Amino acid sequence: MHGLAFDIAHLLAGGLVLVSFMLLYQDRLYALLNIFALHALVLALSVAWQAFAQDAPHLYVTAAIALVFKAIVIPVVLHRIIQRLGIHREIENVVSIGLTMLAGVGLVALSLVVMLRVTAEAAPMAREDMAFALSVVLLGLLIMVTRRNAVSQVVGFMSLENGLVLAAAGARGMPLVVEISVAFSILIAFIVIGIFLFRIRERFDTVDLQALDRYRGERR
Amino acid sequence: MSDALPLHPALIVLIVPLGAAALLALLPSYRLTARLNMLATLMTLSAAVSLFVSEPPVPGHYLLVDELNIVFVVLNTFVGFTTSVFSASYIAHELAIERLTPKYLRFYHAMYQMLMFAMNLALLADNIGLMWVAIEIATLTTVLMVGIYRTHEALEAAWKYFILGSVGIALALFGTILVYMAARPVVGEGLDAMVWTVLIEHAAAFDPALLDVAFVFLLLGYGTKVGLAPVHAWLPDAHAEGPTPISAVLSGLLLNVALYAVLRFKLLLSGNPAALAPGPLMVTMGLVSLVFAAFMLYRRRDIKRMFAYSSIEHMGIITFAFGLGGPLANFAGLLHMVMHSLTKSAIFFAVGHIAQIKGSQKIADIRGLTETHPWLGWGLVVGVVAIAGLPPMGIFMSEFLIVSSTFAREPLLAIPLVFGLLIGFGALLLRLNGLAFGEPSGSTAPAEASYVPMFAHLALVLAGGLYLPPPLVAWFQHVAGLLR
Repeated sequence: MHGLAFDIAHLLAGGLVLVSFMLLYQDRLYALLNIFALHALVLALSVAWQAFAQDAPHLYVTAAIALVFKAIVIPVVLHRIIQRLGIHREIENVVSIGLTMLAGVGLVALSLVVMLRVTAEAAPMAREDMAFALSVVLLGLLIMVTRRNAVSQVVGFMSLENGLVLAAAGARGMPLVVEISVAFSILIAFIVIGIFLFRIRERFDTVDLQALDRYRGERR
Repeated sequence: MSDALPLHPALIVLIVPLGAAALLALLPSYRLTARLNMLATLMTLSAAVSLFVSEPPVPGHYLLVDELNIVFVVLNTFVGFTTSVFSASYIAHELAIERLTPKYLRFYHAMYQMLMFAMNLALLADNIGLMWVAIEIATLTTVLMVGIYRTHEALEAAWKYFILGSVGIALALFGTILVYMAARPVVGEGLDAMVWTVLIEHAAAFDPALLDVAFVFLLLGYGTKVGLAPVHAWLPDAHAEGPTPISAVLSGLLLNVALYAVLRFKLLLSGNPAALAPGPLMVTMGLVSLVFAAFMLYRRRDIKRMFAYSSIEHMGIITFAFGLGGPLANFAGLLHMVMHSLTKSAIFFAVGHIAQIKGSQKIADIRGLTETHPWLGWGLVVGVVAIAGLPPMGIFMSEFLIVSSTFAREPLLAIPLVFGLLIGFGALLLRLNGLAFGEPSGSTAPAEASYVPMFAHLALVLAGGLYLPPPLVAWFQHVAGLLR
């Protein structure tokens, strides 16, 4: 039984990393949202499995939040927003997809090396979980820096946050996990409302030189 | 003292702003809410001061009062109070020119109190998870306030702050989880493994490798909120586009709160002999921020943006001092933090009124202030002289202590430190000359300003440079000793 519990946890957490890679190469916003819903679904399954394996019923709440809020409500709302703003076809990648995927592979390798080395003494299940969680976090960051569209940036942030929830669920007996996932949901709700109310289409970064001149607001 | 009160002052410090936030959101009259805002911050301040004399609360899992965070809480509530006084006269003008409507003001006051609540909670939290949640709430409220003018620039600034701030707190959460994982085998599962007092006690037994990785995440995560150099990009925009009272609170308080979080985790690491020394990381980030910001000061054309870069510079100096460690450098870092909060918020009080009179934040539009508006002009001169680090102001004293302790211990590090200080000094005085002296330009309308908060802060900074009362010195020395 114990071997099976570990294998399933491993499969689900690994699946989350795989779906993160799928997010990396999407070039349509609708497709991106669908894949993100899948991401949240895998997270919900993974957290629910952790709740079962650790016998920690409060984690079922976190799994339910992930399922209802992130796999259903947020994608639907973002779908509507994209329709209203009329931006359904634009995803501009700053870096080409091939390079992004290579960078993603590098980040996953990095997080495996770092986390497996420093958690040598932890339980194997928590160990694998943390390594995968860090991979998901770093891939989320990568999505955020390689996209210029505000919606896809938010999707990147939410996938990053899914990695954090995975990490928190994997750290055995960690208190406040439910509270933290609620706090994050509030944060995301604010971001989504912000996009809708203020019709933010692009992100404002310092990578894009043209944007830099405009956004610094000093050269007017 | 605490026997007479049904509630511990630490709880009052939290409950008053929370209750006031709810109340202010409901009341329609802006005159009334501005006064109530002042009253609530005054009550919070008096509760915070009474922490000095009251007994520490019963050790629980959530709240902690010790010598270190009392300093932060008192500073926080004091500047919160003076800023609310300044804010009352500032927003009266914003209403008059219809930049803000009464409806938004209700929201503004409620958010102001929420911010005070979140910052006090972050400082008083005895739990790393609770502290994280509090800093997240503080981020959210300030994002909303930065975007309150709803101009294109304000929304952009708020969005940028939002995204960078969210990434920062996400990284900090990962670090927090790692600290829990390091503590769990030693302390056991559950709430205990997230409580500061328990963590510090058992720090020596934690897995050092996990702590190292955790600290890197925490430093980057909370460092984003401190405004340290590679991850500072949100700070100038947020300061420039939001209402000026919020710039004052951001610079004077929120950056300190984030730094407090870093300091706590630094304590945890230095409690473990096998873990990596947190000092060099902080020294590097501090120096990079200092030198970078000092150069950036020269090219600024917006007055609030310029002082925002000056905040990055000073947070760099403070992080450097705490990274260097040791009783003298820690003492100087604490002193510098207090002096910087007081001076920078005083400068923003002056700048807020000046920008309102001139109707512009561009440095080129503001000239000859000492002639047209002597009170504001000379207030700004004194403030900038103080922030540039000239004697006899308090910042000179703390910078002097930092530089001399660096020379004594790491002479090589003193070179970039002094270099950065001088570069920043030159930029500020250069700009001050144009702002305060010469041919007046722009509107010369009389100022409807409240000078009391500004001059109260400047008087304290001057007093800090001339004479520090021995009990205060003893307290700071004690805290500096605790910080290692």
